[in-house]
Amino acid sequence: MISGLHLVNADPNGDAAAIERLALWMLRQYTPVVAIDSPDGIVMDTEGADHLRGGELPMLTGLVNALRGHGLQARGAIADTWGSAHAIARATRREVIIVPVGETAKAVVNLPISSLRLPPDIVSGLAVLGFRTVGELSATPRAPLALRFGPGVGRRLDQMFGRVVEPIDPIRTADLIEVIRSFSEPIGAAETIAKYIGKLVVELCAALETHGQGVRRADLIIYRVDNTLQSLRAGTAKPVRDIPRLTKLLCSSIENIDPGFGIEKLSLAATMIEPFEEKQSISSLVEETIVDVTPLLDSFGNRGQRMYRLAPVESDVPERNVGRVSPVSEKLGQAWPTRWPRPSRMLAHPERIEVIALTPDHPPASMTWRGKRRRIKRGDGPERVFGEWWVRSSEMEAVRDYYSVEDEDGNRFWVYRSGDGVDPATGTAKWFLHGIYG
Amino acid sequence: MPITAANPVISELQDRIRRLEGGAARKGEVLSFGIAEIDARLPGGGLACGALHEVAGGGADAVHGAAAALFVAGIVARTKGDILWCLTRPDLFAPALAQAGLHHDRVIYVEADREEDVLTNFEEGLRFGGLGAVVAELVRLPMTASRRLQLAAEASGTIGIALRRWRRPTEAADIGQPTAATTRWRISVLPSEPLPVPGIGRARWLAELIRARAGEAAEFEIGACDATGRISLSRRGNRRRSIQGGCADRHARRQSPGDDIRPASGQCRPER
Repeated sequence: MISGLHLVNADPNGDAAAIERLALWMLRQYTPVVAIDSPDGIVMDTEGADHLRGGELPMLTGLVNALRGHGLQARGAIADTWGSAHAIARATRREVIIVPVGETAKAVVNLPISSLRLPPDIVSGLAVLGFRTVGELSATPRAPLALRFGPGVGRRLDQMFGRVVEPIDPIRTADLIEVIRSFSEPIGAAETIAKYIGKLVVELCAALETHGQGVRRADLIIYRVDNTLQSLRAGTAKPVRDIPRLTKLLCSSIENIDPGFGIEKLSLAATMIEPFEEKQSISSLVEETIVDVTPLLDSFGNRGQRMYRLAPVESDVPERNVGRVSPVSEKLGQAWPTRWPRPSRMLAHPERIEVIALTPDHPPASMTWRGKRRRIKRGDGPERVFGEWWVRSSEMEAVRDYYSVEDEDGNRFWVYRSGDGVDPATGTAKWFLHGIYG
Repeated sequence: MPITAANPVISELQDRIRRLEGGAARKGEVLSFGIAEIDARLPGGGLACGALHEVAGGGADAVHGAAAALFVAGIVARTKGDILWCLTRPDLFAPALAQAGLHHDRVIYVEADREEDVLTNFEEGLRFGGLGAVVAELVRLPMTASRRLQLAAEASGTIGIALRRWRRPTEAADIGQPTAATTRWRISVLPSEPLPVPGIGRARWLAELIRARAGEAAEFEIGACDATGRISLSRRGNRRRSIQGGCADRHARRQSPGDDIRPASGQCRPER
């Protein structure tokens, strides 16, 4: 018996409603094709959408971390098929698993048959016969199994291994702005797809205008004749209702669409919208126009490039001195307070150098870096940088003495000695090269 | 080009060729260095806007690209608008660029994983047309790619700078390969300006203009960018000149950023 155990009645309806709320949030945040994998899961088709989150691994870890932040213990898996992702997420202990493309069969061999999404009586029947893993079951002839348990076992196995398609029926909210176009004859050529994307964008922008909204995430869902879905997601940094710009963004990834035997339906949805204000453009006669670079940034972002501006951070330690901010963030106009010359290239990690120097506060007389010995002609310094105990307690007494030095050929380097050269508590008195001056 | 300018027939022909080539409104605009000796060597009197320029480091700087990056920062600091800086290795130190006059609010970095993506980003940035300048750190610059970039720059009137940066010093011989760039520079470090006290003076570079379309090759000894991104000329073979109060710093109206903490560096500068 466990003392103090708190019992709560199961609330399947409440759980289902909560999962639906989560699924709608994921629809806005992650990918256009989201469905509820009842009773306790959510399935998403992330192909064509992960680039907006920096790739599959950052996306999945970010998702699990975000859910943990809300007090939900979640486990995520990305695999080739719905069936295998379902099984892997439930049967393994790791929180985040990504199965590389084409390795599903290897990954699911040792999973228990209970992860196959079969009714409990079939699972117990198979267990009575001695089947324990998916691998054993898939190596058994199908006919006797089908005779005894019906076609379900074979279908679930085929779905897991990707031999039978299993379309995900995406959830939709009532207030989602979506435009759909069905074709009497399936289309497939890139030009035709581009033409209809253009028409859909015009309709979507008209619908957005009546709501006074601009789009931050636009999703194109492609329904193929063989009953499979594909999706493209385009994200923007600011709300947009510009027809040419949206068309260009969506058409830029048209080569990722595989039309197969043809496309029978295209649907374009504005999954994430924000209020959009029309602004009066300033005449070039009055003042100089400032060019808005966000269209360019959106097109980089949709190709998965990392964009940032650098901004000062309050710190004396050089590697903590610079922080990355979003390229569309407010321009604050601060500056680095230092007036000492700084090197234009910094090494990612300071490199050990061998040095001959007079202690405690003279610049080196010679240094050896990457196997090359250099005689130092001139030097400036020291510039003392104290450790930041509020960042790491081990930096309580740490000190670095920075020197800029120049060798006979004019190469200029930024080197430092760990410690003040007198008190061993402040550092090891070893020398490092940190930056290269221009 | 004083000789051709004096001949009306040739200048008229040049005008007609320019019209045939077509071009953007900004065509013919140049970004001058503000130093008569350097500008005179460049057709049009400066670096052409709406063109591709190539800058590489010399010696050890072919790998680090430290001096070349500062030289580029000084050039783009004097343009108007945002700067796009495409790269694969994020090791630029923004405070140093700020000291060369390039404010960090103006620079948008686009980091790619692959060299080909850098080329694509570079071209897209040039085609966009609303930027002050586009800089890309490139290892390889094939002829076809450079021609595309040059055309993109011509169409939009944006100045494009390919900052060549090799992975090994032996690869730097690649600078001899032809590209469609309008000018090609090689920047190598030189010993800094001597000070009468221990310390490092203003950095000096050897700027070699290896190639200039419709111009001649030349080389200059220059002082590094000051706080407004301007370089200065320090004459060859006359290294004591800046101490004796010559005109070496004539173009550096504002003092270099470290002056107040290196008390000796500005002592002999004549006030004009």
